Amino acid sequence: MNISTIRLPLEPNSWRADFPILSRPVRDGQPLVYLDNAATTQRPRQVIQAIVDTYENHYANVHRGIHWLSDQSTDLFEDARQKISKFINANSEQEVIFTTGTTMAINLVARSWGDANIRTGDEILLTEMEHHANLVPWHQLQERTDCRLRHIPITDDGQLNLATLDTLLTDRTRLVSITHVSNVLGTINPVAEIVARAHAAGAIVLVDAAQSAPHSPLDVQQLDADFVAFSGHKMMGPSGVGVLYGKQSLLEAMPPFLGGGNMIRRVKLDRFEPADLPAKFEAGTPPIVPAIGLGAAIDYLLQVGLQKIHDYEQVLTQYAHETLGRIPEFHSLGPAPERKAGIVSFTMDGIHPHDVAQLLDRHGIAVRAGHHCAMPLHKKLGITASSRASFYFYNTPAEIDQLAAALEDALRVFRRR
Amino acid sequence: MSSMSNEEDIYEEHVMDHYEDPYHRGKCPQHTHEHEDDNPLCGDVVSVELRIDRGGNIAEAWFDGDGCCISQASASMLMEAIEGKSTVEVQQFTAEQMLQLFGPRLTPNRQKCCLLPWRVVQAAIFSPVDGNDDDRPPGKGMEGPNLGEEQ
Repeated sequence: MNISTIRLPLEPNSWRADFPILSRPVRDGQPLVYLDNAATTQRPRQVIQAIVDTYENHYANVHRGIHWLSDQSTDLFEDARQKISKFINANSEQEVIFTTGTTMAINLVARSWGDANIRTGDEILLTEMEHHANLVPWHQLQERTDCRLRHIPITDDGQLNLATLDTLLTDRTRLVSITHVSNVLGTINPVAEIVARAHAAGAIVLVDAAQSAPHSPLDVQQLDADFVAFSGHKMMGPSGVGVLYGKQSLLEAMPPFLGGGNMIRRVKLDRFEPADLPAKFEAGTPPIVPAIGLGAAIDYLLQVGLQKIHDYEQVLTQYAHETLGRIPEFHSLGPAPERKAGIVSFTMDGIHPHDVAQLLDRHGIAVRAGHHCAMPLHKKLGITASSRASFYFYNTPAEIDQLAAALEDALRVFRRR
Repeated sequence: MSSMSNEEDIYEEHVMDHYEDPYHRGKCPQHTHEHEDDNPLCGDVVSVELRIDRGGNIAEAWFDGDGCCISQASASMLMEAIEGKSTVEVQQFTAEQMLQLFGPRLTPNRQKCCLLPWRVVQAAIFSPVDGNDDDRPPGKGMEGPNLGEEQ
């Protein structure tokens, strides 16, 4: 791939200017090469400004005050919900629940839907490539209900082995909970196909979209997913806000999760009546400003274009595989670049992933090292840890060249050259 | 590519020497005490085998393991440092002293790598292998290391 002659699906440098942090020097005055976007992305001025503007001009608690500011705050907050609803093509805003993030969204389903519907011997089907956030809530449900957890295995090249679905989907399977995009392997899973097969077997499906919603178009109705969870901070929004989408009929049938203010219709000393959706699942003061910031992030994402982001990250990933693949000690995890999102996890012969990350940090390059909250996956891969470079649309091919040069330098430090 | 002027180099000669040519990596012949632990966050594993003589001194210290440069180099440094010391002296060897022994200043995250071998040694002196129950170090009981010192 001759990157200089390729017509890029988008021009990263025209967007980079909106991100103040990307132009700040790090360490001893070096430019920042931020390749840790699967952990969290950076924010453009437009999002930061929306947060500042809310605090400076419109902030009060929502859904409560009979005063002007509270109305303003409530409008902004509910506008954000509407933006998110359109962004994922939900049927209505009632189906968009604000949570603190993907983790809380999945826990909400495990606690509320799980406790109400799962009985001893029922089966929940997960995969071997899940993030701990889509494993531990089910472990906990298993402890409460004695249900059975099963896992779709992965192939040698890090894709789901769907040939096993016929035997794994049984008449006991109540829920299939899967990641859309692996946060380690980058694998894009064929979620629509899995949803169709799960529904045919009588199971509902939760999709962990934390790594997909920020990077490609997401249409929950087209996927026909029953629940979809994602986080604001991985898509340029603030941390502390996330979304649980659920089909209205399911959400209505579920008992409330957390109890407190806002989630009630009325309260007596000895009992309560829950509020209607979405308030039913939003106890307490919600993450007001983070949600408004997420709304601004979605405006920005739509301006850039989700399809363009996906297409551009495909180019970056392809280029990364080619460029880094020329280093003999470099080994990427997961499938071929055309089957993955902008996530390149790797090992380097003779250098522990923590040392790789530390040595890259000397060059101002931020990557993640460790098990990336996926210990069972790493065990399956036969390694304890990996290094991960993960991209967003503001990353450039030149940054991948810098990563390659810094890896060569790391090899010199470890005297393998 | 870059200057390193404002920070200490973790991967300095002394550290790399221990990493690449470690002191006593392997099995300890006729060891009396042993312990293994890991740092699940990064997967570093260190095991330590000690031969503690009747006088309560570390006659030999060996380690094995798998992990980052810091955890493995610090294990090597620690084996060298504790040989000939009494178990009481080893117990009194604090986490802070371990970080000083290592040398380059570490961020809190990497301090965990450096202190893994120290933690293993602190447990190993209280962990006789089968049939060596009499070789418990004199002095303290079984309370183990003071992890409160770990930062």
